[in-house]
Parts: sequence; C-alpha cells; structure tokens
Amino acid sequence: MITLYLFIFLPFIFACIVPLLYKYLNRQVHTGWFVLVVPLSILIYLLTFIPAVASGETFEYTFSWIPSLGIHITSYVDGLGLLFGLLISGVGALVILYSIFYMSKVREALHNFYIYLLMFMGAMLGLVFSDHLLAFYGFWELTSVSSFLLISYWYERKSSRQGAMKSMLITVFGGFGMLAGFIMLIMMADTYSIRELIANMDVIQGHSLFIPAMLCILLGAFTKSAQFPFSIWLPDAMEAPTPVSSYLHSATMVKAGIYLVARMTPIFGGSPVWFWIVSGVGIITLLYGSLTALRQTDLKPLLAYSTISQLGLIMSLLGIGSLAVYFGPGESGTVFTVATFAALFHLFNHSTFKGSLFMVVGIIDHETGRRDIRYLGGLMHVMPITFTIALVGGLSMAGLPPFNGFLSKEMFFAAVLDVSKAGIFGLNSIGALFPVIAWVASIFTFVYCMIFVLKTFGGKYHPERLNRKVHEAPIGMLIAPMVLGLLVVLVFFFPNVLGKYILAPALTAVLPMMTVSSYDLKISAWHGINYELLMTLGVILLGGLLYMAKKRWLPTARKFPQGWTLNHFFNEGLLSAERWSASLTNRYMTGSLRHYLLYIFVFFVLLLLGSLLWFHGIRFDFSDNAMINIFDAGLVICMVISALTVLLAANRIVAIVALGALGYMVSMFFVIFRAPDLALTQMVVETVTTVLFLLCFYHLPKLKRTIERISFKWTNLVVSIAVGLTVTVLGLSANGHKLFEPITSFFENSYKLAGAKNIVNAILVDFRGFDTMLEISVLTIAGLGVYVLIRQRSKRGKEHEAE
Amino acid sequence: MDTLIVILVGILVTIGTYLILSRHLLRIVLGTSIIGHAVNLLIITSGGLKTGGPPLLGERNANFTDAIPQALVLTAIVINFAVTALVLVLCYRAYQGFGTDDLEHLRGEEHE
Repeated sequence: MITLYLFIFLPFIFACIVPLLYKYLNRQVHTGWFVLVVPLSILIYLLTFIPAVASGETFEYTFSWIPSLGIHITSYVDGLGLLFGLLISGVGALVILYSIFYMSKVREALHNFYIYLLMFMGAMLGLVFSDHLLAFYGFWELTSVSSFLLISYWYERKSSRQGAMKSMLITVFGGFGMLAGFIMLIMMADTYSIRELIANMDVIQGHSLFIPAMLCILLGAFTKSAQFPFSIWLPDAMEAPTPVSSYLHSATMVKAGIYLVARMTPIFGGSPVWFWIVSGVGIITLLYGSLTALRQTDLKPLLAYSTISQLGLIMSLLGIGSLAVYFGPGESGTVFTVATFAALFHLFNHSTFKGSLFMVVGIIDHETGRRDIRYLGGLMHVMPITFTIALVGGLSMAGLPPFNGFLSKEMFFAAVLDVSKAGIFGLNSIGALFPVIAWVASIFTFVYCMIFVLKTFGGKYHPERLNRKVHEAPIGMLIAPMVLGLLVVLVFFFPNVLGKYILAPALTAVLPMMTVSSYDLKISAWHGINYELLMTLGVILLGGLLYMAKKRWLPTARKFPQGWTLNHFFNEGLLSAERWSASLTNRYMTGSLRHYLLYIFVFFVLLLLGSLLWFHGIRFDFSDNAMINIFDAGLVICMVISALTVLLAANRIVAIVALGALGYMVSMFFVIFRAPDLALTQMVVETVTTVLFLLCFYHLPKLKRTIERISFKWTNLVVSIAVGLTVTVLGLSANGHKLFEPITSFFENSYKLAGAKNIVNAILVDFRGFDTMLEISVLTIAGLGVYVLIRQRSKRGKEHEAE
Repeated sequence: MDTLIVILVGILVTIGTYLILSRHLLRIVLGTSIIGHAVNLLIITSGGLKTGGPPLLGERNANFTDAIPQALVLTAIVINFAVTALVLVLCYRAYQGFGTDDLEHLRGEEHE
C-alpha cells in the first residue's frame, strides 16, 4: 500500500518540478498540460479501489514520522475518504484542463498558480485519507495556507489581498479551535487514531470534556465550510481566479468541514447538542445563503452565497442523519440513515453542478469581460453551449428534474419531514420549523437560480454594454463544464450506480453501527405522489411567481442596510480591536522612565509582600541580636541624616558630598563589623567615586551647579515607603529563619588548604577565584566603555565642527 | 543591632527609591548608589554581626565573623563602582547630547 502514499504525495513532489517545466517549456507548451497528469493518474489509481471498497474492504498504510511521540502519517481508505478523493482528483483534473484555456500562457505567472494548486490538492488528499488526528490537522492548515495563496494570486489587487487575509483569519481561527478539540479527544481516549476513537466512544461520551471538544471541533468545521456566521470569507474569496473558485470554493475545500462533521458523527452523533448545532446552523445557513444570494448582482458572489446555502443544506442533513446514531439499528434509525445518505448524495451533486456553474461564469467573464448581470443578457444565441451547461447546472441547483439536484432535494425534504416527527430532543415543539425553513429557502434558491440563468442568457442582447465582441468559448474551455454537466444528467438517470458503489460505502464509514440494506438506499426519481413532490411543485410555482414579480420586490431587497451585514460587523470588529489594543498599549507605554519604574516597584512590593503574607513567611526573631552601643546608634542617625541630605539638597555639590559621607560611614560600619578588607575597599572606592562625581559635574561648564529642588509626589512617596518596608520586613524575616548552619567553618581552614591567613582574601582568590576573575572583567569592560564614550564624543564633536 | 541595621537599610532603600523615581538623571545615579550601600549592609547583616573577631587567622581569636558575606560584598563594591562610573559618564554624555538631564525632556520621540 505504499503506492497509496506515493499518490497522496505526488502533487507535492510534482509541485517541485513545476518551476523547471515553466521555465524551460512554457514557451512551447502551457504548463497546465504537464500538471494535468497528476490528478488524472490519481483519479485512475483511486478508481481501482472502488470494487474493493464497495465490498466493505478498507486499506491503510502507516508511515512513522515521530514514533517516539506516537505521531504517524496514517493513510486510511474507506468509503468516505474515497468519495472525497474521487471528487478532489476528478474535479481537480477538470479544473486544470479548464485552467489551461482560462489562464493566459503569456500574461500569468503560471508556475505560482500550479504550485499553489498542487499544494492544495495534495493537502486535500492528505486530509481526507488521514486517520491520525495531528496529521489531519497539518493537512487542514495546509489547505488554509494554499487557499490563502490562491485567493491572493493577483496580489497586486487590493481586494485580492483583503479577501485572502479575511479567509486566512477566519479559517485559521477555526483551525486552532479544531486543534484544541482534537487535543481534548486525544486526552479523553488516549489515542490519535480516528478509528480507535470511534471504537472507544463509550469512554468519550461519558467524559466531562465531551461537549467542549465537540464545540471546538465544530468551530473548525463551520469556519472551513462557511457556515453562518463564519460564511463571510467565501464571497470575498471570489477574488481568486475562477478555476480556483470552482475547485476550492465550491467543490473541495469548503467540503472539508462537511468531511470533518461526517467523520466525527460516529463519536458525537448521538448527542442532542450535536444534532441541534449541526442541523440548526446548517438550516440557518441554508436560509441566510439563499436570501443573500438574491441580493447579488455579480455572478461570482451570487454563486458564492449559493455555495454557502447548499453547504448549509448538506450540514443540516448531516445533523439530521446523526439521529441515526441515537436510535441505533432499527426502523427509526434507518429513516435517519437515509438523511446521511442524502447528505453524501447532495455533496456529490453539488460538486458537479457548482463546479460547472463556476466554469460557466469564468467563460462569460472571459468572453464578455463582464460578470455583472445588469450588463449581461441575451447571450443564449451567442453562446448556445455555455447556455446549455448553465441551464443544466442552474436547474439542478434549483432542484428540478431531470437533473441530479432534484433527487437530492427530494431526499432533503423527506429528511426534514422525518425529523419534524422524530419526537426527541424537544423536536415536538419547534421541529415543524425544519420543513418550513427548508421549503422557504428552496423557493429562494429557485428564484436565484432563475435569475442566474435567465438574466444572463435570456432577455435582450446588448452588445453596446460589453466591451468586446462576444462569441462562443473555445472548445477546450467547454470540455470540463460539459463533462460535469453530463454527470449531472447521468446521475439523475442512473443514481443507483453511484449510490451502490460509492455512496453506500461512504455511508458505512459515517455510520458504522448501522446495518442498512441496499434496498432502503435506492434512489428513485419517481416515488408516487407524496409530500416531497408536492413541496417541490410548490417551490416551482411560488418561485416562478416570485421571479415574475421580481421587479417589485428585488430592488427593495437589495437595499438591505449595510450596517447590518456580517461583513460590516467583522470589519468593525477588526478595526475596533486594533484601536482598542493601540489605545491600551499607549495608555501604559508612556515612554516615561518614571512610570515604568513605578510598575516595577509596585509589582515588586505586591509580589514579595503578597507571597510573604500568603506563605506565612513573616517571622521576627530578635534573640540573636548583638548589643547596640552609642557609636552604632550615632552612626545610624548620621547615615539617615546624610541620606536625607542627598535627597533634599538643591545643590549638586552638597548632594555629592553627602553621598560621600554616607559611603565613609558605611566603611565605618565595616570596621565595627570586623571587616577590615571591606572597610579599606569601601574607603578607596568611595573616594574615587566622589572624585568621579565631582569631575563629571564640576568640570562641566554648561551644567548649572544647582538643580531644582526635588519635587514632591505622593505616589513616589507611597511607593518608596512600601519598597523600603518590604525590604525591611524581608530582611528581618530572613534573619528570623535560620534554616541550617553556615558553611563558614570550612573556610576557617584557609591556612591549611590555601596557605593564607586572611580568610576573606583566600575566598576571593583561591576558593572562589572565578568570581574575582569575572569581576575584573566587569571592571575592564566598564573602563573600556567609559573610554569609548569619551572618545566617541570627541569624534562626534569634530564632525560637528566640520559641518 | 541586626534589627537596627535592617531598619536603617529600609530607610536607605526608601530614600534611594524616592530618588530613582525623580526626574533628574543625576538623582537617579545618587539613588542607585544609596541602594547599593543599603544592599551591602544587608548582606553583611545576614551573616550575623559582632559574633567574633575579624576573619584573620593570625589573631588568636576563638571564633571569627562570617567571612563569606564579606567576600561577597567586596565583589559587589567593585562591580557597583564599575557600573556607577559607566553610568556617570553616560549621564554626562546624555547631557552633552541632549542639553538636559530631565527625563521628561529625554522621552523617546514617537516612531523612533
């Protein structure tokens, strides 16, 4: 099975060769022709899996990546992965074929385009065939990154960059949420493998992290699949080249979230929270997308909102299908299994018709230079083939026979009718909303499909509105949408071939506990007169009426207030976050040294006093105190006085002399404390320091001798008293805690060990000589620093003079 | 005696902190010097005061004061001196460069 591995990584490997091909061969052959080989060979390879997977086999291959941490890249092929794999490689091949004719060989940076596209394809294949959660996450983010690169392909346009940034922010936000959810899952079940998670679902369902993990994972799925309210990035991603929109933003990447929900259904499916969030958000997205699509005049955003709406449909079907996990095998379970089946079916159908519709828009854009329906019209006779494809795709999207959208729409209606009668999870009271919302949304879907097809191709032809001579697209550009359109029709007439060989094994992967016979999963175009059919008839009737009367209500609908759109909230949110953080930073980062010192001192006091109080560390013990005699008391008083003089002096010289006095008194204390070396050093150092001070400030002609009297500030006083108090308390408490005997007695052997009678000196140069060496370095560095500072000044001075 | 020195240290730290929080560079250097003295005294005190003779073996003392804090403080004094000297020259250069030693006037300009 190492070949499976090879095929997943084939796009990445090929992406490395693309620049060479582009550099040396692009003049002769469009680079896309070489790239086309990759998805085609993957498609053919994956097709060989169908018989085995349909008979219930699965395949796996593990490549150890970080074995010590249990991280492997496990490729696992089952029905669901295969369905997605076929879509990715199949639509990928068609999109690359289309792009060969769409992207100019001369004007575009094709190597960038195909590298990003191959990167995306490999990431997506890795994603759907991953069994390891962390590998899954890795591929997931790689799809975000490659999508970012593709959206900003024309990076010189501002709107491309903004769209790319928005999609990056939203999908990566969700991706992080998903990672958190995955980590919770890993903690709960102690495994990285999705299959082992499903096997251990009893442990997971009883765990307290069950709901948080579910919410985090759903966040990832909803942001990726553009569910309400995270859908705003998808319309802005339409700034990408049309093949990209067709591939990423209708057929593959936006279905990664659907894939995730389907994969996680066996784990979370039985829970009411899962059901309500997935199907509720799905059905809201369905309604929101179809309503917003009506207001669009640009064809690509219209299709983007319709994608959002259709993804909502699939999502709500998956939510309804998760009830099968609750009911388990049995009659009512089977009913909801059909809903999951419908979800997978519509997933396939949507990829076919939406892919072709995007390509149609690309053709219109390419041939007329316009995408706005206010300029288009009457193209039916000019572009008959394109019109036929658009009609097939549009009617399929609207849910009309004889196209595959009809079948999945009927199954969708059946599912929402079933769920309103399920009678669990509080569905009795508001369950009736499901069919109503679904029906209303379907009417709007019908209307925008009609707008899409008829406003573009119907009506009068206005050549003066278009800035070039319009004619039918070249045949190469039409092949890919034609193949997709053909699939749309073929699936309608032979749905059960697809159902039996591809969808049924995928269903087994989503709901492994259900044993549903193939009879229940028969898709039939005609199943008698029932509610579903009546609903579809109602959709056509009301939708038709609404379309006829659109001149009355559509302009009003388009005047929806800008302040209430989700985009507005997102942009304002970003701006205010920036403003808020800037003002917060500016508030405390004042640039004043005094403020920063105040923060430091306040934290010092709070932390030290706080922890002293918290750990009961304050203990005073005065028993070891030595006696105080008159000299000591006098010295202490003199020191306080001279320190105060330093503080209050208005004259520099006075302050410096008082500081010197303080230093000499410290050396007197060293005398009292029986520290002769210290006293000596302190005396010398103090003298030199004072001389330095005096040199510095006496021999400066510009500097005034006097300084302003120190200004009084309450905060400074309070803070400095608190600091002093903290130090005092700390010092006293430290003296109160004698933990063990000092090790001084060892150094009293200094004569025996080091041949020295002066213990302090022996410690400095013998026992702890290393300190002394570094201390000498400090002194040297300081000396060099002083020298450089002075030298540099004189150089600068000369330069100034020269100027 | 130990308690008295610790209280003295507290007072010196208070005064030093107040000086550091002022606006003038020179006062900040003075404040750090005072705090340096206070810390040296605190280190010496933590070894116990007046417990014996000076740590010289030639003297016929029964016991000595703790020699380790003394060695530590000796190192600290020298380093303190080095840093003070450098900072002083820096202050002097700052004054030369900007014509003021008032920190409020020395605030960094926007977008520097």
